Amino acid sequence: MKTMKKYDKLVKNALGRIVPTEINGNDAVAYRGIGKYKPTGRKYAPPIVSCADYPADGNKTLPTLKEALIRAGLKDGMTISTHHHFRNGDLIAEQIFDIAHELGVKDLMWFPSASFECHSPLVKYLEDGTIHHIEGSMNGSLGRFTSDGKMTGLGVLRSHGGRYQAVQDGDVHIDIAVIAAPTADAFGNATGDRGPAACGLLGFALADSQYADKVVVVTDNIVPFPCIPWQIHGNNVDYVVVMDKIGIPEKIVSGTTEITKSPDRLLLAEMSAQFCDEAGIIRDGFSFQAGAGGTALSIGVYFADILRERGMKARFARGGSNKYLVNMLEEGLTDYILDGQTFDLEGVRSMRENPHHINTSPFTSYNYHGKGNFASMVDVAILGATEVDVNFNANVVTHSDGVLLHGIGGWQNCLFSKCTILPIPLFRDRIPVVIDEVTTICGPGELIDVIVTERGIAINPLRIDLIEKMKNSTLPIKTIQELKAEAEAICGVPEKIAFEDEIVAVVKWVDGTVIDSVRKIKK
Amino acid sequence: MEINNIESIGNKGKGVRSDCFVSLEITEADGIHIELVSKVKVLYGKSIVKLIEEILSFFEIKHAKVVLEDSGALPFLIAARMEAAIKLLVKTDKSFLLPMLAQNNYQTTKERNRYSRLYLPGNTSSLMINAGIHKPDGIILDLEDAVAPDKKYESSFVVRNALRNLDFYGCERMVRINQVPRGLDDLDFIVPHNVNLILIPKCEKAEEIHLVNKKIDEISARYTLYNSIWLMPIIESALGVMHAMEIATAAKNVVAMAIGLEDYTADLGAKRTAEATESFFARCTIVNACRAAGIQAIDSVFSDVADMESLKQNVLKSKALGFDGMGCIHPRQIKVVHENFAPDAAEIIKAKKIVKAFMHAQEKGLGVVSLGTKMIDAPVVKRAEKTIEVAVSLGKISKNWRDEDNEKI
Repeated sequence: MKTMKKYDKLVKNALGRIVPTEINGNDAVAYRGIGKYKPTGRKYAPPIVSCADYPADGNKTLPTLKEALIRAGLKDGMTISTHHHFRNGDLIAEQIFDIAHELGVKDLMWFPSASFECHSPLVKYLEDGTIHHIEGSMNGSLGRFTSDGKMTGLGVLRSHGGRYQAVQDGDVHIDIAVIAAPTADAFGNATGDRGPAACGLLGFALADSQYADKVVVVTDNIVPFPCIPWQIHGNNVDYVVVMDKIGIPEKIVSGTTEITKSPDRLLLAEMSAQFCDEAGIIRDGFSFQAGAGGTALSIGVYFADILRERGMKARFARGGSNKYLVNMLEEGLTDYILDGQTFDLEGVRSMRENPHHINTSPFTSYNYHGKGNFASMVDVAILGATEVDVNFNANVVTHSDGVLLHGIGGWQNCLFSKCTILPIPLFRDRIPVVIDEVTTICGPGELIDVIVTERGIAINPLRIDLIEKMKNSTLPIKTIQELKAEAEAICGVPEKIAFEDEIVAVVKWVDGTVIDSVRKIKK
Repeated sequence: MEINNIESIGNKGKGVRSDCFVSLEITEADGIHIELVSKVKVLYGKSIVKLIEEILSFFEIKHAKVVLEDSGALPFLIAARMEAAIKLLVKTDKSFLLPMLAQNNYQTTKERNRYSRLYLPGNTSSLMINAGIHKPDGIILDLEDAVAPDKKYESSFVVRNALRNLDFYGCERMVRINQVPRGLDDLDFIVPHNVNLILIPKCEKAEEIHLVNKKIDEISARYTLYNSIWLMPIIESALGVMHAMEIATAAKNVVAMAIGLEDYTADLGAKRTAEATESFFARCTIVNACRAAGIQAIDSVFSDVADMESLKQNVLKSKALGFDGMGCIHPRQIKVVHENFAPDAAEIIKAKKIVKAFMHAQEKGLGVVSLGTKMIDAPVVKRAEKTIEVAVSLGKISKNWRDEDNEKI
């Protein structure tokens, strides 16, 4: 049994938040400000291997996942990574821990790129000690379990880019990576763009394939060598396991991939698009990233309308791709889709067929400890938030009742775009969204430029250029304090949520520093 | 307190948002017991309990059990639900009113634009909260067909409190009452709370207008109210159509008359079709009566909320017949209705020419206004002025359009 403390050595970080600098027995650095923390040294490297130890005929298949995990040396205290390409249709993560439980292995760290409701059954393994803690995201019941203070170790939340950084820098050492691949060959080359469980790309597994000690590819669609395209290189893979079924297709490509029908959200989308237009952001050759939510998708549709009307086109659109982006690509309204995650079957098809639909990874798009990344080159990013405060700080992981419910995704990374816009309702069913101080800071206000609500638009005072451009706008431009006051006039002034002192999880910033702590819910 | 009973009011369950469900039991002893089940308990639990206590105390209830199942209802709605439950158990003449929002104290003019009026079910507060931000000309809190018969009682409290505490963002504050005579009882809930316009459904004769006005006068005298209350009768039957002129001219505060095609076609025994040939006579009759009476003619609603292109065609047809506006049943319809009722570019150019010619004639002291070789009558000038006014209000042209046009020359 591990006996170390969940966390220790609390300090106040640059945002005034109390955070631990020792987490699950490892040292951590408190957030220092944007671009302030610059680690030295060399990147982490996996062990040197020899191909003499691998089958010369390239056949690395093993009959079962259990055998692969045993051969990979599964034992107490290891870190096991999985990925969320299958979203809520993942069938692999649970099986890994079923096997670990059966073998009596304890204190594992689960390192998913994101968790979904389908991972709720893992609660039993958190309870019985098979899993010590989760680093990645804690959604739904896993979040509630964490917020109740029941997880043995401290939860760590990272962005997609932060996950790549953590693996590359050696903050997280992956013992065994299990990569579920919709199509693979016996050598371990793998792709996500075809096969019964097609999900598009496998970018979230890139770091794991490069840096883990052992890499297992699991597929339900084995093809003769070579598997083309090889999104994952077999040269990084130890074992290949063939199964009947690795994912539930209808849950892989579902989710929020329809534009919204809600009149209130459509209004938000319309206002956001008009803002971008009036601020001069939409021009020939611009670029944008819109998330997968219904509002963000609708903004993309408005962008397309504007581009079409003026005979202009975008240079690239960052995905999450979906049928709306694919339509834009095929209609010639954007030169490229730089895709990080494929949200529907149209996206998968386009990625497979269209050479202008490009497969990207957190390394190219988001990694903060690289020689640049794509996120900061995007003209406008449209993102969501559960809360925003009067300093423009925003929260995406906890709800207004303080419970951990969502992961960060690529959200933190996208904040580096040239203009970050959060279209959010001023309140949701009496829950104010614009408030005095966010429960958890996931993104510092200085990176958040515009808050669009149905009752007014607030521009970050740091963006004097945008304020100047919108001076004569017909849009309702207000201050963030005015928006907060308006929310309170309608909903009432909310009471402060009471938390226990105990910290149950931390939120990492894109550079690996600790930006905030999540505390235990008071019963 | 001799009554010992349990009553419940409101909505709960899957899909219910911004609403609440109250179960109230008046007890003999033991004081007040409040159980709150709410998704916003950590944020507003204390203030909700305080509000419930305040309401019970206002109605002098000392012993009761209250269970409030809340899905994020705003205080005005909780108060409406509580009062409706209390009044089923306790006889009282009092009303629990939260302070009226200051920004709701405005009057509307007889001639204002009434292109769009958004219907909202009177018992569904989740749809009311954001209605004003979609900027319809009028918001209708509906007590009639959009409320199920067993919910009519409780909806009057919701509509009354909404008139006071829901921000209408400057939209004309309208209520559709039930058909007269039942609708006369609705007036007690709305007349004292600054309703701007009342829609009178299934109106068939002038007498109904007189009854409504008589009751409005009584209530206004009791509360010493001064704001005008406009009326918009809705014609929904063959008989109503035959009495269109009598209804349109029944009273000075009738500012508009609408047609309701669903009921009208049913009354005719005809099928309602997309071409609407079956209602052509009725629509023409209504428009003609309204023009003769000098009031606005308002068309029915378009019921396919997903089909914006057909809505547009419908609006253009409606405008061509002479209607001044139509009903909306979804916020997304508002923009389409406004854009297509509004004067188009050609209409604006023509109106500008006429107004300029008129002003030119005035400046020169000419008795006759002419444009080219054509003489222009006074009503034509008036209509052109109205078109310009609307174009300015919709931002289609600047307020200083005349100066700007001159600069360009």
